Formats: sequence, structure tokens, C-alpha cells
Amino acid sequence: MSDVAVIGFAASDRSVTTSGVETLVPVFEQALDRAGLGRREIDFWCSGSSDYLAGRAFSFVNAVDAIGAVPPIAESHVEMDAAWALYEAYLKILAGEAETALVYGFGKATAGDLHRVLALQLDPYTVAPLWPDAVSVAALQARIGIDAGLFTERDMAEVAARDRGGNAEELLGRPYLSNPLRAHDVARVTDGAAAIVLAGGERASRHRERPAWITGIAHRIDAQGLGERDLTEVPSAAAAARDAGLDHDVDVVALHTPFTHQELLMRRALDIADTARFIGTHGDAMFSAGLSRIGAAAEEIMSGRADRAAAHATSGPALQQNLVCVLGSNPPGSNPPGSNPPGGNQLGGIA
Amino acid sequence: MTIAFDYTRSLGPVLGRFMAGLRDGRVLGGRTPDGRVHVPPLEFDPITHEPVTELVPVAPTGTVISWTWNARPLEGQPLDRPFAWALIRLDGADTALLHAVDAGSPSTIRTGTRVRVRWAPTRVGHINDIACFEPGETAAENVAAPESAEPVEIMTTPIRLHYRHTTSDEEDAYLRALADGRLIGQRCPACRKVYVPPRVCPADGVVPGEVVAVADRGTVTTFCVVNVPFAGQRLQPPYVVAQVLLDGADIPIPHLVLGLDAAGVRMGMRVAAVWRDRSEWAFTPENIAHFEPAGEPDAPYETYAEHL
Repeated sequence: MSDVAVIGFAASDRSVTTSGVETLVPVFEQALDRAGLGRREIDFWCSGSSDYLAGRAFSFVNAVDAIGAVPPIAESHVEMDAAWALYEAYLKILAGEAETALVYGFGKATAGDLHRVLALQLDPYTVAPLWPDAVSVAALQARIGIDAGLFTERDMAEVAARDRGGNAEELLGRPYLSNPLRAHDVARVTDGAAAIVLAGGERASRHRERPAWITGIAHRIDAQGLGERDLTEVPSAAAAARDAGLDHDVDVVALHTPFTHQELLMRRALDIADTARFIGTHGDAMFSAGLSRIGAAAEEIMSGRADRAAAHATSGPALQQNLVCVLGSNPPGSNPPGSNPPGGNQLGGIA
Repeated sequence: MTIAFDYTRSLGPVLGRFMAGLRDGRVLGGRTPDGRVHVPPLEFDPITHEPVTELVPVAPTGTVISWTWNARPLEGQPLDRPFAWALIRLDGADTALLHAVDAGSPSTIRTGTRVRVRWAPTRVGHINDIACFEPGETAAENVAAPESAEPVEIMTTPIRLHYRHTTSDEEDAYLRALADGRLIGQRCPACRKVYVPPRVCPADGVVPGEVVAVADRGTVTTFCVVNVPFAGQRLQPPYVVAQVLLDGADIPIPHLVLGLDAAGVRMGMRVAAVWRDRSEWAFTPENIAHFEPAGEPDAPYETYAEHL
């Protein structure tokens, strides 16, 4: 069993075609270049994308064109944010079946009506046939939080003002989009792609002076029914954080929260220290946004700006599925004083 | 571009009875061993994982737990005028159901508002048998039919999604050339193969380079005879769809081979493009109506064996 590290990351905030191929070629080149690896040195490729977003069947197979699959490659795919593809690749390396992996996510959300497309991830018998759009579903969650006194519309506006500029007072004067959400509460729908290169043990140290070691990673899921769970609690995120060894010692945090109120809910659920620095985002690129959060956290380590970082990814409606990844400048087994959390390097998802 | 499909889903013992209840004008909840009543019902208890077997009627009235205002209804949603989405806890239930509330204006709904089911005029055993909810303290009408023993086995949900596809730069140049009556490919800078249409080389994963003019005639590498009729078919079967390796290209394109009996088409046959009248040309491979025999000797197998 080998420790696993992020050794390269690249992202694009645009998509050329819905197939993703033209977008992925330069993203792969950049990520591999930063990792100091050639394309044919990758043992395992794993992606996250959705045919519903691409509007064509087997779109992920089409995207394999960007890899150049001669000689044949080992490849897999998840119909989720590529943060979950990273989890699969992480396991593949831990299991000794690969030393290196390239994980990628891509999506061209603007090719269709994203908020209608996302209705199709809801219960197909009792909810999806009503076509509740994703913004409305998030608004129902936000109101429960406001009614419960957990936060106010002003708190939400302040999250938006921090990431996008402007001031909360002025934002609160704007009309509702889906009451209680205003336009600033909803992440901009963006196209995009991202890629992360992983390597195990000695390979990671050989290719990158300061790899971002994954000290813990776990993911959990909450009940699907929107009326089945307390939408203000995110037990899946709290459980994933516990299993990933997230504690108050992280320097920097990258959350994947497509709505302002979801950042407020996640701060509570993850019990993040007030001292932690937050990395903001400028949009929600479907199927790569969560992976990009891991990439952004890893960059903090690789660049030396941080010694411990945490990233979060979400998938599904109203924060239903959550993944937490904790990264550090030291391998989880090295155990230098004060930097290795109890519970680190647990396989939370399957233990 | 619109992609549509009618999803038919088999329902099983729990949802089949729930949908039958809606058809009969009743809302049923599923009782789990802890005594909680779930609406919609769960098929399995989330704590003990035991199958849920007990379904009990709940009231057609309930309380709004959360709501949002939908000022611009989207295709497929329950109402075509502005309405509220709400999580509604029906009286007798412990969980909330998501549905639309025909509230008229956002000022008439708030958390705690009492609402009642408005039934669809015709009910078939589908979640849309509840047309929507409307503000009201008591059930508006008693529509409940005598309880029928027949569960609903299948529900059909049409899904329609709309997309606007964008071409890549290479596809753009290819389609523009077609509108000009030309066929072009692009050469992979790594393996030197010419792709028609131009694309990222699937063997090398690199963007195509040099633009190469290819001929509007070539060799049938392989083909099939279409004998099966299908919706939207434009030709009378039998007819031939072939892979045509244009002279100068390293990958064949699919097209029709007409102008001879289907049984006469063979591998290695030399064919030439039949262009439509110039006045009909657009940015499409349909500018070529079909291919037909070029009247040349068949190409030897070795000349196209690598391209099969």
C-alpha cells in the first residue's frame, strides 16, 4: 500500500464542444507538464462527466480521443463530479494496480438548460416528473435554514460580496430570483474542464519536489428524498470530514458550494476553524468544479503557501453527496510532530 | 437540437400501490418500523433495511414546510403560470413531499400555510395525478374512488431536453469547405494520418495540423444493406450505407451508395460523390446526395485493408 499525492493540476474555464475533446487536450498537456510526466506514463485514467449534460450517448468514450488511446489505456468513468473519479483513482493506486493516474472532469453546461437537466438527478418516480429546477430546490433548502435562524439573507449576500465584489447592502436591494435566493446567491453556470495527476509513494517524490499528499479522503451520501432529511444538516459531509481526518489544523479550505447558503451550511457541518483561509470560486463548472477544489487546495501545498489544506466536493441536489479530501506537505505515514491528524489515511468510504 | 424519450418505469409493490392510490384519489404513506409515515413512501426502511409493506392513507391537506416562488415556469412543470414550489407535510405524514402550489402570488404563501391537493381531472397512476396543491384548510372535494386492488405496474414519463451544439474550429472549417463544394481533412502531426472530418487524433491525443484537400471519390471499405424500416427513414429499403475511404484520407466517412442494386455493392468498389444542385448547398455533408459507382476497376484489398 502506497501513499498517494497530487503532483499536477490544470483547469480551463471554457469548453469548446460538448464532447469535451478539444477542451481537454490542452488541459491534459498542462497538468502532465506540471507533474513532469508524459502521457504514456499514466497507468490509469478516470473521468467524471454526464451524457445528460452533453446531450449525447457515451460522451465519456468520445472524450477518450483527447487521451490518445494507442497503445490501449486503462480507463474508467463516474457519472458524478470528477472528485469521485479521483477517489476511484486514489483507490487504484492504494491497491497497487497503478503508480500514476490522471483524473479529469468536463462539461459544457451552457449547451443545454442546466437547471432543467439537473431535475433528472431527482427521484425518477415522484420528483423528476415535476421538473423542479435546481435553483428552486436550493431555494427550498435556503428557506429552511433562514426559518431555523441559522443564517440570514444578509449573511448569504456577504458570502457573495466576498467572492464577487460589491457590498451586501447593495446586493440585498436586488430582486429575488427564486425567493429567498437572489442572482448573487447562485453560482454562475460555467463551462469547463479540470485534470489532476496523482502518483503513489516514491513516484510522487520523484516527479514533484513538494507533492500534495492525500492524508485522508472519504465520501458519504444522504437520503435522496428532499423531504426525508433535515436539509439544514449535512450529516454526509460531517461523516466524510471525520473519516478524512479534517480538524482545526488546516491552513486553507476550498469548498464546493454552488449556492451561498450552502457555504454557510458547510461551514457548520465541517466545523471549520475561524483561522482557516478560504479559496473562493468564480462559478460552478459542472463535473469539474469539485475536482478543481481539490486541485486548488493541492496547489496551496505544492506552492508552499500551506502545509495542510482541505477540499470539499458536492454532487446531487441540496448537498446530498459530499466528499472531503485533506492534503498535507508530508506523506501520511511520515508522522512529523503536529502534522499528522488522528484518523488520517483512513479509507473512510469503505472502512 | 431536441432529444426526447418516454421513460417507462416499473414500479414494484410499494410505489405501485402509492401510484394506484393517487389514481384512486388517495395519498398513501409508507409506515416504517419506527412508526414514522413517509410520503412519498420508501421501499425500504433506511434504518433496519427491512422492506416497507404497510401503506396507510394520509390526508389530502397539509402544511408548507418550505417554499420558493417560481416566476418563470419551465417546460414540463406542473403549472404554466407563476407558482410556488413547496415541501409539504401532509396531515398524518412525518416527511414532506415536493410539489407545486397554485398560490397566485408570492404574498399568499409562507412557511406554515395550509394547503390541499388539487387532483388532476383524469388520473392514470402518476405523480402528476396531483395536478398541484392550492391554499386551503380542508379537502376541496372528495374524489376518492372505491379502493381498487390493482396496483399500477408501469409509469411513463416523457423527457425532453434541448441542446445547442458548438462545432470545434476544425469542424467549422470542414463544414465551410463543404458549403463550397470541397472536402478537406487534417493531418495528425504525430502519426501523419489524415482525418476526415478533421478531429483530435484518437491515437495520439493531439490537435490536427496541416489542412489537406481530399477527393470526392474513393473506395468502399465496408458496407451494410439496410433492410429494416425505422421512424424517420428517408429511403425505401433495401439500400446501402457504406464506409467510403476518400482518396487522400486515412479514415473512411459513412455515406449512401446508390445507383445500383444493393446486392451489387462490394468491398473495394470505387465510388464517386453525387453532389446536389449548388443552390441547395449548406454547411452539411448532405451537400453530397450519395455516392455512386465510379466505373473504375475495384481497388485491391491491400490498398484499404489498414482502414477497415
